Amino acid sequence: MADSKKWHLVIDIARCSDCNNCFLADKDEFVGNDWLPYSVAQPWNGHRWMNIERRERGHFPKVDAAHLPLPCMHCDDPPCAANAPEGAVYKRADGLVLIDPVKAKGHREILDSCPYGAIYWNEEAQVAQKCTGCAHLLDEGWTQTRCSQVCPTEALKLVLATDAEMADLVRSDGLEPYRPELGTRPRVYYKNLYRWTKAFLAGSVVYGDSGECAKGAKVTLTQNGQRVAEVTANEFGDFKFDCLEPGSDYTLQVEAAGYKSMERTVSVAEESTVLPDLFLERR
Amino acid sequence: MGEVQRLTNCTTGGPVFVDVRDDRIIRITPIEFDESDGPTWTIEARGRKFSPPRKALISPWTVAHRSTIYSPKRILTPLKRVDFDPQGEPGSTGKGGRNTQNRGISGYEPISWDEALDLVAEEIIRVRREYGPGALMAEPSSHHTWGNIGYRFSAFQRFFNLVGITYAEHNPDSWEGWLWGGAHMWGNTHRLGLAEGYDLLEDALRHTEMIVFWSSDPDTTQGGVYAAYESTPRRFWLKELGVKMVFIDPFFNHTANLVGDKWLAPRPGTDVAVALAIAFTWLTEGTYDKEYVATKTVGFDQWKDYVLGVSYGRPKTPEWAEAESGVLAREIRALAREWASKKTMLAPGGLAGLGGASRCATGNEWPRAMIALITMQGMGKPGINMWSTTYGTPLDTEFFFPGYTEGGISGDLANSAAGKDFVYRMFPQGGAFSNPHRSAEGTLAYRLLIPEAMQHHPHSWRGRGFCGSHIEAQFVKYEYPAPGYPMVQMYYRYGGSFIGTMTETNRYIRAYRHGKVPFVVNQSIWFEGEAKFADIILPACTNFERWDIGEWALANGYVTHSSLQCNHRVIVLQKPCIKPLGQSKSDYQIFAELADRLGVGPMFTMGRSEYDWVKQHFQATDLAKVMTWEEFEKKGYYVVPPKPADAKRTYGLRWFAEDRERDTPDWGPNPWEHVRGKGLQTQSGKIEFVSNSLKRLEATGVVDPERPVMGPQYIPSWEGTKTTDLLAKYPLQLIMPHPRYSFHTHGDAKDSWTNEVKDHRVLHPDGRYYWIIRINPKDAAPRGIKTGDLVRVFNDRGSVVLSAQVTERMLPGVVHSYESCAEYDPVGEPGESPDRGGCVNLLSPSRFITPTSSGMANNSCLVQIEKWAGALTQGASATQGASSEQGVA
Repeated sequence: MADSKKWHLVIDIARCSDCNNCFLADKDEFVGNDWLPYSVAQPWNGHRWMNIERRERGHFPKVDAAHLPLPCMHCDDPPCAANAPEGAVYKRADGLVLIDPVKAKGHREILDSCPYGAIYWNEEAQVAQKCTGCAHLLDEGWTQTRCSQVCPTEALKLVLATDAEMADLVRSDGLEPYRPELGTRPRVYYKNLYRWTKAFLAGSVVYGDSGECAKGAKVTLTQNGQRVAEVTANEFGDFKFDCLEPGSDYTLQVEAAGYKSMERTVSVAEESTVLPDLFLERR
Repeated sequence: MGEVQRLTNCTTGGPVFVDVRDDRIIRITPIEFDESDGPTWTIEARGRKFSPPRKALISPWTVAHRSTIYSPKRILTPLKRVDFDPQGEPGSTGKGGRNTQNRGISGYEPISWDEALDLVAEEIIRVRREYGPGALMAEPSSHHTWGNIGYRFSAFQRFFNLVGITYAEHNPDSWEGWLWGGAHMWGNTHRLGLAEGYDLLEDALRHTEMIVFWSSDPDTTQGGVYAAYESTPRRFWLKELGVKMVFIDPFFNHTANLVGDKWLAPRPGTDVAVALAIAFTWLTEGTYDKEYVATKTVGFDQWKDYVLGVSYGRPKTPEWAEAESGVLAREIRALAREWASKKTMLAPGGLAGLGGASRCATGNEWPRAMIALITMQGMGKPGINMWSTTYGTPLDTEFFFPGYTEGGISGDLANSAAGKDFVYRMFPQGGAFSNPHRSAEGTLAYRLLIPEAMQHHPHSWRGRGFCGSHIEAQFVKYEYPAPGYPMVQMYYRYGGSFIGTMTETNRYIRAYRHGKVPFVVNQSIWFEGEAKFADIILPACTNFERWDIGEWALANGYVTHSSLQCNHRVIVLQKPCIKPLGQSKSDYQIFAELADRLGVGPMFTMGRSEYDWVKQHFQATDLAKVMTWEEFEKKGYYVVPPKPADAKRTYGLRWFAEDRERDTPDWGPNPWEHVRGKGLQTQSGKIEFVSNSLKRLEATGVVDPERPVMGPQYIPSWEGTKTTDLLAKYPLQLIMPHPRYSFHTHGDAKDSWTNEVKDHRVLHPDGRYYWIIRINPKDAAPRGIKTGDLVRVFNDRGSVVLSAQVTERMLPGVVHSYESCAEYDPVGEPGESPDRGGCVNLLSPSRFITPTSSGMANNSCLVQIEKWAGALTQGASATQGASSEQGVA
């Protein structure tokens, strides 16, 4: 079984524009439609089987927003299965985790077992529900889920791969699971997850005498005497270091020919840090 | 259970497959092309090959369409307002009265179709007999449900041309200043003042190094219009090629967040100051295309003196612009230098043209400024143009299929683009007609002044609707009522809701309740917005419940070849996927049954069903050359092959830059619109910094200080940062761009799933989904406002209750809430109390962008915000009617 192909969802945070096509396509597929034996109809309102979270980083005017689509992670060690009656939640050979709407009926505790909050309660049907990975469509020969089909930026991709192939893809594309510390071994992977989990440090360098943008100024970031990164300020004098650990401290050094070099101790905030403009003094 | 059938349809947000079982739609998916469909183009550029996905990249409200088709807000029977008695005299109240004062308050009762249609027909006959032609005013929304047969230019227009109406002409609502201002600089009225744009995707991929998006958010506004996410992959390609993208917008918009490299945030209404400072930098540093300017423009030297401060006021330095706009002088200079050193596309608005900065006070000057800047860099040369990434794919423009704007079954030569080709193919044996009453010699109303017409206040304005025929069309002065015509006695409203989309819209509500129109009918799919102010409501069905035919995103005559926004030309047979819900009927059917009662049934239908019309339409196009009707009916759509890879490219305005005759497939300018068949539509054939057409207007004694002959000029907003008294009272500038998850009123509210999109509406404990307002923490904190708080946003014109989203993406001092919500939900008396539906246009000014430019200035709107206590407090006192600038008598 280890070499059999399994379904994975790969989500690129840097390509997600929060268009919500995935969220809405999920509703189109499941609201009012029974897809037995995998799911009974989702209620008209309230469920977010593809739940898109938003996070802003930085401060005006150096800001970005990341969107994290959170479906069921189709974990290899699904806590929902562990907390459910025998056979009520099961994992298929193709990797999909499914809640049997008949066997799981009345078992509200399944809801609370998901550390990702990806399971919803259907009051009318008295059953816990979540993303099925469009199992009924894949059974029919579909090679996409409804959400990946409508994604205009290919931020969402459905990947059928063996564990070995997936491991290669994880390495080559820099994929990572969200919150691996939960230990559930998700089959949903993220690219550019730093936009969600890490912080940036940004600012602008200005030539103090002329008031012009310090294009070409060298900006170096060090931590405990170790050089972390170095960038060149762009035509607006702007620089940005990303992928930094929130809460960490650095030393920032700015150098430009003809100007005194400048050093600042900076702290990277949870929501990222935008420094006040840095004015260089003529040497 | 029956078999699943896969049918086809098309929407304002793309073509779709519709899976149906047992007369129930079970899913709606984008059309994905198969091997038998037309091929996809490839563009080779900088050593790479670019090809779009072989499927339609559809919009969110299209994905969610099933929820609006089966919406609990669908109207399923004809309705009559309970206290409306058609036997009552106009103005009568109480039992047996018309009780028009209760519109928007009293409920409705179902009536039969026969009752409803008899009543409407009798009223039409009554007002025509008693008052003469034009006493009936009929008005559609801008965007009907998709399809060339059912669209407003088609069935609606055919019916009302037979009946005779006063039509309320539409203003160019999404691009005002481009037509009222831009056209006087570069012509292009045949494109409604917008850019040409052919083949510029290939040009950009090969040559462009930087794109400046100015008041432009194509990922929010469906490219330009209707094209959903078709252009999104192109911006990623450009990014991969290292093309730098700068965004200028008071809001850090969604396209900027996805692909932007730099964000500059001018205060609303000050964009022109920033543009002038860029020009100042180029002029003083000598970094502009002097030869181009010398040979292809007129009046440049005079304008140059204005910018440099030689003869008109102070120099327009970056420091001056910083004081006006808040954009740092050093960043303006840096942008100007970078721009001059790189082949740069200027992307103003979603379609090169459009953009909120053209929908504001003195909004003519920003489009003129955009034209001025790209002119200075050699517009039309390789990689340098006016192009927003959303148009100019290498598709075939020869294959004939008409847009919805080409008249459909109306064949109306006077009020659609039917006369270009289509009417002769569609009606070879006759049967097409226009109505002389709907003409300059007849009677016209103006959409932005409908309330004044309903109040029977005589008024005047300049310019007829979209004024696309010629530049001078926008100078003509119209009066309401036209000489010899009556005031409106009956109002037939069709689709949409102006409360969310027009200006100072409490006017519209008061006009229903306290105006002088004794009978109002609304033909509507959903019970929402404006429908709730009618006396009789006729339930129409959606385009998923009737026959139709249409090409995705095509609106020839407005924006010619607008399907070049898409990656494929997709022509769709729009099949009735299900039977009309409840007792609802197609618009065509409703009009046909009314036409019967009015004695013009045979002329309306020509004995044809909708299916027959669709078939006739098919035969009138090039589709009939490539397939049989039976093949089309079976397949349901056709993908037009792109033009061959070796076909000649005709890059937009390259002919102008190279001093050749125009070689693009554009429809204009018409021969009589340019001298000796060469050059632009302007009188000189060149780009006019001193506008000959505005000079001619001035020569007739019409002096408009907000529409100067020489320009672009910076004219501070009459409701903005310089109106200090008003600013003291209402210190926040509200901008209201086109919405992201809905399209005008399509897709919003109606209990649709779109309501649950977190950035669209927010569910509050009272069970309502509130519209969102975005506010910077610096403005939110002193008001004690947190994300998720309900706030009251208000000014002298009204108040709206919205859900606050505190965000660093806003320029401090500016708040953002999309226009065009579908719902109107007043706390108390309609028109006089806060709205919980989210109609921020209750707050926008009704004053026109300039005294002679009859456009709307939604983005010049000062407001105050406070936490909403939820009490039934009255909104601030509102000003009645339109201001004197519009010539209201």
